Amino acid sequence: MEVCNCIEPQWPADELLMKYQYISDFFIAIAYFSIPLELIYFVKKSAVFPYRWVLVQFGAFIVLCGATHLINLWTFTTHSRTVALVMTTAKVLTAVVSCATALMLVHIIPDLLSVKTRELFLKNKAAELDREMGLIRTQEETGRHVRMLTHEIRSTLDRHTILKTTLVELGRTLALEECALWMPTRTGLELQLSYTLRHQHPVEYTVPIQLPVINQVFGTSRAVKISPNSPVARLRPVSGKYMLGEVVAVRVPLLHLSNFQINDWPELSTKRYALMVLMLPSDSARQWHVHELELVEVVADQVAVALSHAAILEESMRARDLLMEQNVALDLARREAETAIRARNDFLAVMNHEMCTPMHAIIALSSLLQETELTPEQRLMVETILKSSNLLATLMNDVLDLSRLEDGSLQLELGTFNLHTLFREVLNLIKPIAVVKKLPITLNLAPDLPEFVVGDEKRLMQIILNIVGNAVKFSKQGSISVTALVTKSDTRAADFFVVPTGSHFYLRVKVKDSGAGINPQDIPKLFTKFAQTQSLATRSSGGSGLGLAISKRFVNLMEGNIWIESDGLGKGCTAIFDVKLGISERPNESKQSGIPKVPAIPRHSNFTGLKVLVMDENGVSRMVTEGLLVHLGCEVTTVSSNEECLGVVSHEHKVVFMDVCLPGVENYQIALRIHEKFTKQRHQRPLLVALTGNTDKSTKEKCMSFGLDGVLLKPVSLDNMRDVLSDLLECRVLYEGM
Amino acid sequence: MDLVQMQKSLQDYTKSLFLEGILDSQFLQLQQLQDESNPDFVSQVVTLFFQDSDRILNDLSLSLDQQVVDFKKVDPHVHQLKGSSSSIGAQRVKNACVVFRSFCEQQNVEACHRCLQQVKQEYYLVKNRLETLFKLEQQIVASGGMIPAVELGF
Repeated sequence: MEVCNCIEPQWPADELLMKYQYISDFFIAIAYFSIPLELIYFVKKSAVFPYRWVLVQFGAFIVLCGATHLINLWTFTTHSRTVALVMTTAKVLTAVVSCATALMLVHIIPDLLSVKTRELFLKNKAAELDREMGLIRTQEETGRHVRMLTHEIRSTLDRHTILKTTLVELGRTLALEECALWMPTRTGLELQLSYTLRHQHPVEYTVPIQLPVINQVFGTSRAVKISPNSPVARLRPVSGKYMLGEVVAVRVPLLHLSNFQINDWPELSTKRYALMVLMLPSDSARQWHVHELELVEVVADQVAVALSHAAILEESMRARDLLMEQNVALDLARREAETAIRARNDFLAVMNHEMCTPMHAIIALSSLLQETELTPEQRLMVETILKSSNLLATLMNDVLDLSRLEDGSLQLELGTFNLHTLFREVLNLIKPIAVVKKLPITLNLAPDLPEFVVGDEKRLMQIILNIVGNAVKFSKQGSISVTALVTKSDTRAADFFVVPTGSHFYLRVKVKDSGAGINPQDIPKLFTKFAQTQSLATRSSGGSGLGLAISKRFVNLMEGNIWIESDGLGKGCTAIFDVKLGISERPNESKQSGIPKVPAIPRHSNFTGLKVLVMDENGVSRMVTEGLLVHLGCEVTTVSSNEECLGVVSHEHKVVFMDVCLPGVENYQIALRIHEKFTKQRHQRPLLVALTGNTDKSTKEKCMSFGLDGVLLKPVSLDNMRDVLSDLLECRVLYEGM
Repeated sequence: MDLVQMQKSLQDYTKSLFLEGILDSQFLQLQQLQDESNPDFVSQVVTLFFQDSDRILNDLSLSLDQQVVDFKKVDPHVHQLKGSSSSIGAQRVKNACVVFRSFCEQQNVEACHRCLQQVKQEYYLVKNRLETLFKLEQQIVASGGMIPAVELGF
């Protein structure tokens, strides 16, 4: 037998122990081998494990330990030297690795421990963040509620809706049991329950405003918790609930328009508050949270603003309604004024016409009378009648003029005329009356007075006539002198400087009489229309009192001035006026003037053989016009329509008379068409005269604009027609033949 | 009745027409236009006037009797009548026409009816008088006399 160094196992005695050792070693080996497997498996599974190298080391250590124990199994029985060698190698290796691992672990374990600490820290942090997020969410919800509430409140401008909506929304958002609004009464001494959310309240439930709890709430802009038993919170009968919910009250400032203009709104300026009381549900153990209180405060502010907007809107609506009313009233007044003016104008026009008709009859008959056989006395009388009637006609024109002057629609009709002749004419007109009254009239014309001037002859004559006429009228004895001169320097009136400019000069006329004179106090009244001085001397003279007023207006139109000087009653007076006239270069340019012609000498022009065309739809008036013209010796062709007229008119006809009585412009078209027909042979075009019953400015303008050469007023008298024809043929233009 | 008396009564009659305002100066103008070359001018014109006016008055009556009065048709008629009457000097007819026209503008049917009656009245009056006048003139002419020129001593 070989000698072995190993101990002979004492199988039968230590067999059990050996067995157990053997089995334990075996299991240890298995465990040691399986641990790294498990480690590898799970580490592979997990994505994050920072210490792989350690793991390898550890794995190696374990494996070697396992190997050692495994090899141990063979050492229980007799074993060869190889086994012993392997065993030794394994043990050595294991020793090395385990030492290394032990050394490594010193570094690693603190690290691993710190990981744990960090994990704990992070968990705490996460919990904290969660809490904070919860808070933010609550705040955000609150904010949302406020926005929604504000939106609801501000979406209407009606007071009641605003307040009602506020209560409803608040009740909903905060799940309140009751919500109430107390408004201050008019006197400001009490708070009246105005709105509640759920419970009906008795009308006129008021609470004095000076309660301490109310003062407390009004004193701060924050929401204040108050006792559920205070009078403002006791809104309904206590019905056996155990515990009333908590109550909060907040003030709502009632702002006025004026509050917005102050910089420190709203703290210091407002004095009136309403009280909003909010109650949590009873028996709910709910508490008022901070964010809920904040919500209530914000809502109270918003309500204040919304109410003030509503108030502003109400006021502006009221103002607008007032303005509209005023507008309507003004419109009505304006229309009434216009109607009144139109009525007056119509009246004047009608009156004028009514007055003119008999006037024309008088003038016509008198002129006819003149043409008959008369004795010289009769002739003188007839001439006086004619002159007087012309004066009267002028007066009637005055009335019409005055109304037009007042409207401002009167315009001067400028023309060239002979100033010297004008004065002489005036004197001729006045002379008969003056002779009767035995008042000599003298006329002095300054030597440098221009002869031919440009101005409104008719109106100037009116002025002079009026002044001289007044002088004659108010003088019982003495004499009258009329002086005309060119004025150069300052006049009596300090605010009126007379400066002759270029082709203009100022004519001054002085009319001095030795009559009754005028009280200096009465002088200003003289120029007021219809006013008359009440002195006995003048009462008998009659007159309408219009003359001076009209003269003054005409003088003003002519950029002049008029005044009267008197030394007192019984000392006579002097009337002086200045007017601006233009100097005419060419005396030949005197066109036919509009002076109401004294038809003294009928002009017997010869119209024999003059070819004329008469167009009139009215048979009777056509016949009359034809007769008139035939009587004057013309060769007359008559047509009764526009078309016929166009067809018949030719260069042989010297004049075409067309009736334009009908309203509208169709009649005037014919004039245009005749113009068209004769565009090539201008000089052969017949003269066009309109016959109309209407002589106002607009008709004249219409005629001029349609190219007519003249207008005649129907019915035409013989003399009129005669004059018109002569004038027409002389100057080829006529607008005054009325 | 002898000639002088007839002439006198013609004169008086003519004067009365003027005094009453039935005729105005225009009629005198017409009479002036009558001369040897045109001896019947006045009666021609007046006859034409009567014919025209009869027709117009007829048309007016018809137009105003309609259910719905068309004032656009009525107005021109009245205007025409006004023109004719003023051409021969029938003053009162013309004045009545003026009033008529103003009511036409207002479209007042009631008033227009009244005006039409008025116009007719005046027209028949003037027609009557003128016919009488012409008869007197014819009598004078038939007796070999001259119609005296209008002498107005008033």
